[in-house]
Amino acid sequence: MSIAEAPIAAKPKAVVETPFRRFASEYLESRVAAFALGLMMVLIGLAVLAPWITPQNPYDLAQVDVLDSRLPPGTKSSGNYTHWLGTDGAGRDLLSAMIYGLRISLIVGVMSGLIAMIVGTAVGMTAAYTGGRVENLIMRIVDLQLSFPAILLALMLIAVLGKGIDKIIIALVTVQWAYYARTVRGTALVEARKEYVEAARCLGLSSPRILFKHILPNCIAPLIVVATVQTAHAIALEATLSFLGVGLPQTEPSLGLLISNGFEYMLSGKYWISFFPGLVLLVTIVAINLVGDQLRDVLNPRLKR
Amino acid sequence: MSAAPTLEVDNLKTHFFTKAGVVKAVDGVSFHVNAGEILGLVGESGSGKSITGFSILGLIDPPGLIVSGAIRFKGEDLATLNEERLRSLRGNRISMIFQDPMMTLNPVLRIDTQMVETVLAHENIGRKAALERAREALALVGIPAPERRLVAYPHELSGGMRQRVAIAIAFINKPDLVIADEPTTALDVTIQAQILFEAQELCRKTGTAMVWITHDLAVIAALADRIAVMYAGRVVEAGTADEVIAHPLHPYTHGLLGSVPTRNQRGTRLTQIPGMTPSLLNLPDGCAFAARCPRVAQQCCEQQIPSQQILGRSVRCCKPLVAEAVA
Repeated sequence: MSIAEAPIAAKPKAVVETPFRRFASEYLESRVAAFALGLMMVLIGLAVLAPWITPQNPYDLAQVDVLDSRLPPGTKSSGNYTHWLGTDGAGRDLLSAMIYGLRISLIVGVMSGLIAMIVGTAVGMTAAYTGGRVENLIMRIVDLQLSFPAILLALMLIAVLGKGIDKIIIALVTVQWAYYARTVRGTALVEARKEYVEAARCLGLSSPRILFKHILPNCIAPLIVVATVQTAHAIALEATLSFLGVGLPQTEPSLGLLISNGFEYMLSGKYWISFFPGLVLLVTIVAINLVGDQLRDVLNPRLKR
Repeated sequence: MSAAPTLEVDNLKTHFFTKAGVVKAVDGVSFHVNAGEILGLVGESGSGKSITGFSILGLIDPPGLIVSGAIRFKGEDLATLNEERLRSLRGNRISMIFQDPMMTLNPVLRIDTQMVETVLAHENIGRKAALERAREALALVGIPAPERRLVAYPHELSGGMRQRVAIAIAFINKPDLVIADEPTTALDVTIQAQILFEAQELCRKTGTAMVWITHDLAVIAALADRIAVMYAGRVVEAGTADEVIAHPLHPYTHGLLGSVPTRNQRGTRLTQIPGMTPSLLNLPDGCAFAARCPRVAQQCCEQQIPSQQILGRSVRCCKPLVAEAVA
């Protein structure tokens, strides 16, 4: 009650309101988005820690017994451990194969997303910077690219390039860079009209410097949004390619390939081989998309409350 | 007026070639500024004062073009320089302060990054020395605890503080000329007074010449040494601040001063200048102000009125208010 004791309790904690902190608190306002982010972290954690947490190494043929194939969930195997989610057609422990498959799917998704972002940003910035004929040419190529169905283009490329993770990534980058290029160019053109760019010109800074040091950091927000959505897309596309049997080799199955492997046994009641990988794929993509949606809401100044 | 002026603008014409026709935004502007002097460039919106400022910096983008005239800056004609040379002058020898401090700082870069950038663009002195220069510049414009402000982002500063930062950036390379485009319009009057005081101090101390573009006569009366009044792309009256404000010679200046609200006019209707500024697309042959002028005569509408020297000022009017000024 007395004045003397008040200051000690009322001393404010030195919380510095950094842009990141404010961004984080705004993001976590949505429970669903926070949950999705947590889920995404768990999935990434699983994929990263795969060799240490899986009961079996599905790539090691010595640990896989064909006699154990298509065991239902919860069965004890010849190796005397329990296959909690059953085994697939080749006798691999499905839980282990799924975690390894998730790993491949995420690597493919993130790598292709990252490379496509770098390529797309470079191209988009070049278009915004040069203007005129070069910009027209670049943007028509982007339009052409976007008018093709992604799956068709990816199939064509894989058919030419062959199988393998690197080939899949190349195909996905080719399919996706245009989205980034279009986004970056649009944002950069809007930013370039703003007064701080005029001010930077008045300071005598060179054009490339203004473009990369002043305009590009202001384009990051929409880029992050496109990147999350496109990464989810890339994972789905890779699963589709693998399901169609043109993606990855049979010995290193991704989620899509696992689904494809179990597909033929669905009608004979052995649902688990396709069902569980399908579930994980679905959850992964939904989680990433939810995170992307929330990022878009938080990072879009027009939706600011 | 012993030494040559820092900046001398001579019959500058900046036109915009639009689809609707040629917009004569600046059409024969002449003035000069000496070192350590503040010139107030006054006019309504659309009178061409900002375009004059951008012309000096060489930042007129197509469809705009400097059609004719000279901009002599320390012996060089800026209107004829190439982009390379202009860029080395911008932010270094000539800098600019903008109207809205909320918009002119890059929102995602820290203050120190933006300031160091400006120094290093023109001098090769290393990051550390540049940072020290930035700290000094902030202290110079009266920012308390400059070390803390250096690591702040623009959104963490108030409007007045941001404008001080903008001024610090403008003065960081010790320029010979600063063009200020209504830098106090977006601020509170109390902050405005502080900023004006500091700008004035800086000019006197560093010997920097300043062109202060504004529509606010109260600001200019307190700040400027000389005034150039612009109307429809031309300077209609130029002279020392005290004289022009006390005894305007051009009817437009007179009207402009009459429309400033003052305390003793309480309850009475403010005087206005009737009509609107003419379209710059289609300026009349004679005096652009003729249609709104209370003293209009036949000759005003017939030919362009040349600038003439009256009582030590230049005035573009054939019926100036000489009697009133002398009386």
